[in-house]
Amino acid sequence: MGVIDPYSAPPIPQGPDQDTILDAVGDELTNRGFVIAKADKLFNWARSGSLWPMTFGLACCSIEMMHSAASRYDMDRYGMLFRPSPRQSDVMIVAGTLTNKMAPALRRVYDQMPEPRWVLSMGSCANGGGYYHYSYAVVRGCDRIVPVDVYVPGCPPTAEALIYGLLQLQKKIRRTATIART
Amino acid sequence: MGDMDQIEVSRAGDAAASTLDTMVVHLHHLLADTISGAEISGGQIILRTAPSALVNLLTSLRNDVVASFNQLSDLTAVDYPDRPERFEMVYQLLSMKNNMRLRILMPIDEGQAVPSIVGLFSAANWAEREVWDMFGIFFAGHPDLRRLLTDYGFEGHPLRKDFPLTGHVEVRYDDTLRRVVNEPVNLVQEFRDFDFLSPWEGMQGQIDVNPADKAGKGE
Repeated sequence: MGVIDPYSAPPIPQGPDQDTILDAVGDELTNRGFVIAKADKLFNWARSGSLWPMTFGLACCSIEMMHSAASRYDMDRYGMLFRPSPRQSDVMIVAGTLTNKMAPALRRVYDQMPEPRWVLSMGSCANGGGYYHYSYAVVRGCDRIVPVDVYVPGCPPTAEALIYGLLQLQKKIRRTATIART
Repeated sequence: MGDMDQIEVSRAGDAAASTLDTMVVHLHHLLADTISGAEISGGQIILRTAPSALVNLLTSLRNDVVASFNQLSDLTAVDYPDRPERFEMVYQLLSMKNNMRLRILMPIDEGQAVPSIVGLFSAANWAEREVWDMFGIFFAGHPDLRRLLTDYGFEGHPLRKDFPLTGHVEVRYDDTLRRVVNEPVNLVQEFRDFDFLSPWEGMQGQIDVNPADKAGKGE
């Protein structure tokens, strides 16, 4: 049957060909008890498949964030479950206006998240202050407080836009080399 | 049918106006020495007073059986930089019994203390803290006069007209200090004020303004 390179070959459609490969993997598992895969690909698969965002709604963006989690768009399909604690989450969605008074709290919550962690900035206010850019009380972009991976534009971004941002984040995670080579 | 409705509405309006008038007469009797003026504007009674009489005035309004203005819906202030007495305190009262609202206006100068009314209306607690935060008006006798909305250690009072829009400090996370630090504001782009006339002001050339109105403006 020959060697198939999983990174260049097109995906094998469902059918007898795919079944042959899956059976072979299954036999390998039953006979020897293990299969071999690239560790960093495996880690990235696991990480991108279970992005647990922290529930951190600051303003109207959080309403759209709730919509993306609710039944119509259903973030659960991607293995994204909102967690009530930073210690259990991988992603922080900064959804809304970040005020000066909130900034230390946001940073503290970010520091409490275990590595690896990602930040998604949602909406104009979190991206760069937005409507409140010149206000005396608002941080001009949450990247002044925490490092941001993905910026989702919009005021507020739709639930679809947020989902798209999260899928972009998954893509970003998949192409990172998890095991650092020196 | 339509005519009947209109008659009903106009009767109701008359009744409302007359109850307002009756209330104003009653309030004049009740509060003669604590108010410096009373008027009806926009279907609402407006009273004017001074800080020394404020607590007595509110106590009478709240405890009087007829007036029964026993709910404080709002308490705020306005900054008028051109006036000799810079601020004006505004108290909004509601009488559920009479289905009537009442506004009390009280001019206050900068640095002058206002008697706290937390003892009368506990709803005034946070409202007075907010006014202190936003305008820097001091409330004598307030149980816990701290800032309510702005950042810890914030300087200045944002709703004063002379407070700059962007304030004085902005925050940033400092990697070496490992905490969020305050720094002087450094804007990449200054605030742009285009100063467009509002559509209503812009229309004035085209609207045939009543000559009587023109004369009234004292040009």
